[in-house]
Amino acid sequence: MREFQFARAADPAGACSAAAGAGRFIAGGTNLLDLMKLEIERPEKLVDISRLPLDEVEETPEGGLRIGALVPNADLAAHAAVRMRYPVLSRALLAGASGQLRNKASTGGNLLQRTRCYYFYDTAMPCNKRDPGSGCGAIGGFNRIHAILGASDKCIATHPSDMAVAMRALDAQVETLKGDGSTRSIAISELYRLPGDTPEIENVLEQGELITHVVLPPPPPGRHAYRKVRDRASYAFALVSVAAIVAVEDGRITSARLAFGGLAHMPWRDPAVEDLLVGQAPGEEAFRRAADKLLENARGYGGNDFKIPLARRTLMATLHDIAGGRA
Amino acid sequence: MRLTVNGQSHDVEFDVRTSLLDLLRETIGLTGTKKGCDHGQCGACTILVNGRRINSCLTLAAMHEGDEITTIEGLGSPDGLSPMQEAFFEHDGYQCGFCTPGQIVSATAMLEEAGKGWPSHVSASLEGEMRLTPEEISERMSGNLCRCSAYPNINDAIAEVAGGKS
Repeated sequence: MREFQFARAADPAGACSAAAGAGRFIAGGTNLLDLMKLEIERPEKLVDISRLPLDEVEETPEGGLRIGALVPNADLAAHAAVRMRYPVLSRALLAGASGQLRNKASTGGNLLQRTRCYYFYDTAMPCNKRDPGSGCGAIGGFNRIHAILGASDKCIATHPSDMAVAMRALDAQVETLKGDGSTRSIAISELYRLPGDTPEIENVLEQGELITHVVLPPPPPGRHAYRKVRDRASYAFALVSVAAIVAVEDGRITSARLAFGGLAHMPWRDPAVEDLLVGQAPGEEAFRRAADKLLENARGYGGNDFKIPLARRTLMATLHDIAGGRA
Repeated sequence: MRLTVNGQSHDVEFDVRTSLLDLLRETIGLTGTKKGCDHGQCGACTILVNGRRINSCLTLAAMHEGDEITTIEGLGSPDGLSPMQEAFFEHDGYQCGFCTPGQIVSATAMLEEAGKGWPSHVSASLEGEMRLTPEEISERMSGNLCRCSAYPNINDAIAEVAGGKS
């Protein structure tokens, strides 16, 4: 691990000023320290934010929840209001990592965790995300876990979070504080970037901008599900996952929210897929059309070709589970 | 910096890059906590910080001033085994033994989590009553790998302690 300066922040504003220039925030550290050991991450300065008072889950006046950025994944999954009103979020959190990691990993850190692409992790291999301009080892290499949507000829990595997929389906807002004292609220749909020509830039946050809270709007109507397909039954990243919230009234789908993990550089959501479902009777035909829409621009890279039919089947099975319509 | 480990305080000096795991083993001399993968994948380094199980390899010692740290040595001693240590012994819940301290610390904290009603990935309901079935124990212990694959006996040992608790 490279040497770094270490500072403990006394309050959020102090954290932002300490991180000005080249500082990196550390909260749970479960991803950052792993990457620092491998010298993939080489921060000059770490700013310890783990003791800031951002560890509460509060009710909002609108009937939603405001989650402190330092709430551990384990506590968020077990929180009574999350279990009762946002089960898709509890389920997504519980499908990720291990008990030990969920006890340490923070809400803000989970959103910003880096890809688990093998080539990003292997410093002997080219990777445009780790070393811009060096090339992409995954294209033409082993790419079983890689993206089928929204990728570029520079990068086909996926975002690894389960939590962020549920939050995308729930239209979460990410609240931040900047070094100049200003705050902003970023829709999760605007937080992440596709790889394009700059896969090293993964989100719209600025240097020294601190995630302070994640706000969930009031729970949407309908049944919730989080379905994750992976290579082993527990403690593995998603090959494909679906966060689904679907309401059915009088035999018609009245609202549908669908977000996907394992398919792209960000938690994926396509309003056109949801629009196709609204007004339809739940069933094979409507679900197949939705899956066709989701995957119309999907592209495999050899090792991950299987993800195209897998995403289709996972979506359709999840819709059958929560909306019915099975023949 | 002052660290509290198993109820004893230690004044320690160390390179800021030191993981809590390395500090416990190399500086304080508590070698019961094992270094397996050093990347948070195997669970051999599991310890308790303020009663919660974490991977000590994936946290900086510098971030733990004032925390209550408990290692396998703090759970019991050869003359006074904890119930979980006793159960692993009774059920032969190990082969080579390298993962065992992490398994025992993790299982001890896992029962506390289950006691608080925390659901798991395999819980049928997020809100209903939760029973520590073999499937639940396996899921909740998935962060502790055993390369000898002593899982059946590990699960039996944990189930015995869990049964005694309920």
